[in-house]
Amino acid sequence: MVDGTVDGTIREVLGDHGRLAVPVETLTDDTDLFGAGMTSHASVNVMLALEDAFDFEFSEKMLKKSTFESIGSIRAAVTEMTGA
Amino acid sequence: MPTTMTPSGSVCERMAAIADEVAGPAAADVDERGRFPSETIAALRAEGLLAALVPTASGGGGATLTEVSDGLVALGRRCASSAMVVAMHHIQVACLVRHGANPALRAYLRELSEHQYLLASATTEVGTGGDVRSSICALEVADGRFRLEKQAPVISYADDADAVLVTARRSAESPVSDQVIVLCRPPGLELEQVGEWNALGFRGTCSTGFVLRATGEEDLVLTESYGDISTRTMLPLAHLLWSSVWLGIAGDAVDLARRYVQAEARRKPGTTPAASVRLAETVVLHQQFVDMVRSSLARFEEADAEGDRLSSIGFGIGMNALKVSSSNLVVDIVRECMLICGLASYRLDSPYSLGRHLRDAMGAALMVNNDRIMANNAQMLLVHRGE
Repeated sequence: MVDGTVDGTIREVLGDHGRLAVPVETLTDDTDLFGAGMTSHASVNVMLALEDAFDFEFSEKMLKKSTFESIGSIRAAVTEMTGA
Repeated sequence: MPTTMTPSGSVCERMAAIADEVAGPAAADVDERGRFPSETIAALRAEGLLAALVPTASGGGGATLTEVSDGLVALGRRCASSAMVVAMHHIQVACLVRHGANPALRAYLRELSEHQYLLASATTEVGTGGDVRSSICALEVADGRFRLEKQAPVISYADDADAVLVTARRSAESPVSDQVIVLCRPPGLELEQVGEWNALGFRGTCSTGFVLRATGEEDLVLTESYGDISTRTMLPLAHLLWSSVWLGIAGDAVDLARRYVQAEARRKPGTTPAASVRLAETVVLHQQFVDMVRSSLARFEEADAEGDRLSSIGFGIGMNALKVSSSNLVVDIVRECMLICGLASYRLDSPYSLGRHLRDAMGAALMVNNDRIMANNAQMLLVHRGE
C-alpha cells in the first residue's frame, strides 16, 4: 500500500532531520537509512517530526531501530498507527 | 556431599580463589607501578577462565553472564584493575560469541578457547570527541583483505592482548555512523604506543594511546553493524560487567568498615561504636547495589530471550541508568566507609586504608562519562512511552 502523501511527508521529514549523507531523492523504499548516515541521535528527531507531521504516537513496540531503518519500514509503522 | 561436582568448582568459585590467592597479593604492586596484572591473567588462563563465556561447543566454559558477574565482583574486591581488564575482555568475547557468525570468526573462537587469548578493544578515536558511535578511520578492502589505520586515544592492555576488536567506518565512502567491528590480530597488527598511562586509579589497566595499523582477511569483519552489536551486546554487557567490578570495590570497602566497627566494639563491650549507625546505613546502600546488579542481569537475560527488546528504547534507558547508578553508588559507599574508619582509612599504611578503593571508584563515572550517558537518556526520553 503506497500512499503518495505519506511517502512525501516521510521524505520531507528525513530531508529535514535525518542528517543523511545522500540526497533524499536517491533513497529507495528499502535503502538502509543508518547505512546512509542517519545516526541514532538523528533517528530520534525523525521520530519526533513524524509524530508531529502525522499527529500520532509510535507505540512502545515500534520504538526500535528496525522501525526506522528504511522508508518502507517507516511507512508500514505510520500506516499501522494512523490507518492512513 | 555430592562427588559429581567438577573438582575445580564453579566459574565464580575459581575466579574468587584466583582473586584471593593471586590478584589480592599482587594488587598493591600493580597499582603502585601501574603495571599489567600479568599473574592474575596467567592464573585465569591456566584455569581456562578467559573463555568462560564461550559456549562449550566452541571449546569454552559455557558460563552464564551471572556467573561471570559474580566472579568479577570477587576479583573486584581484591584488585579492581585485574577485574576491569577481565571485564573488558569478556565484553569483547561476548561480541564475538553473539555476533561473529561466519566460519572464520567461529574458528577464531575455538582458537581463543584453546589458547585462552586475551581480547582488547579500540572503540574511541582521536577527533570524534569521545563519541564511539562515529568513526573517522575506514576499512580499505581489496582482494579479500582489509587494511586499517586508527588513532586510538585509549586501548587498555593492548600490549598484553592477543587481539584487538576495532571499530571503523565500513568503507572510505561510508558516513561516520556506518561502523563495523573488525578483529585485528598478529601478525597483521602493529601498535605504536602514544603517551603513557599514569592515572589516579585503575592503574593496572594500562590504558595508553596507540596508533593501530592492521591488515587481515576480510572475513574478520563482524557481519552485523557496530550499531547493532553495541545496542544488543557491547553496551549492556559493559554496563553490567563494569558494575560488577565496582560492586566488588564497594563490597571490600564495606567489609573493611565492618571489621573496623567490630574491632571498636571489642575494645569497649557494652558501648555501641559511634560509627555503627553509619555502617548500618552503608550496608543498606550496598544491598541496593547488589540487588540492582542482579536485577539488571535478569533484565538483560529476559530481554535477550525476547530478542527484539534488547534494541528497545526502554531497555537502553535502563542499562544506561544502571551505569550511572552504580558508578555513583561505588563512590558514595567508599566515602561512607571512609567516614566510618576515619583516619585509619585515610592513611596509606593502615590495614583499613581505602586509598586505592577511592581512586579506583572515581574512575567509574568517567569511563564513558556519566554526563554523556545522561544526555543520551535525556534524548531517548523524548520518545519513550514508559514501562
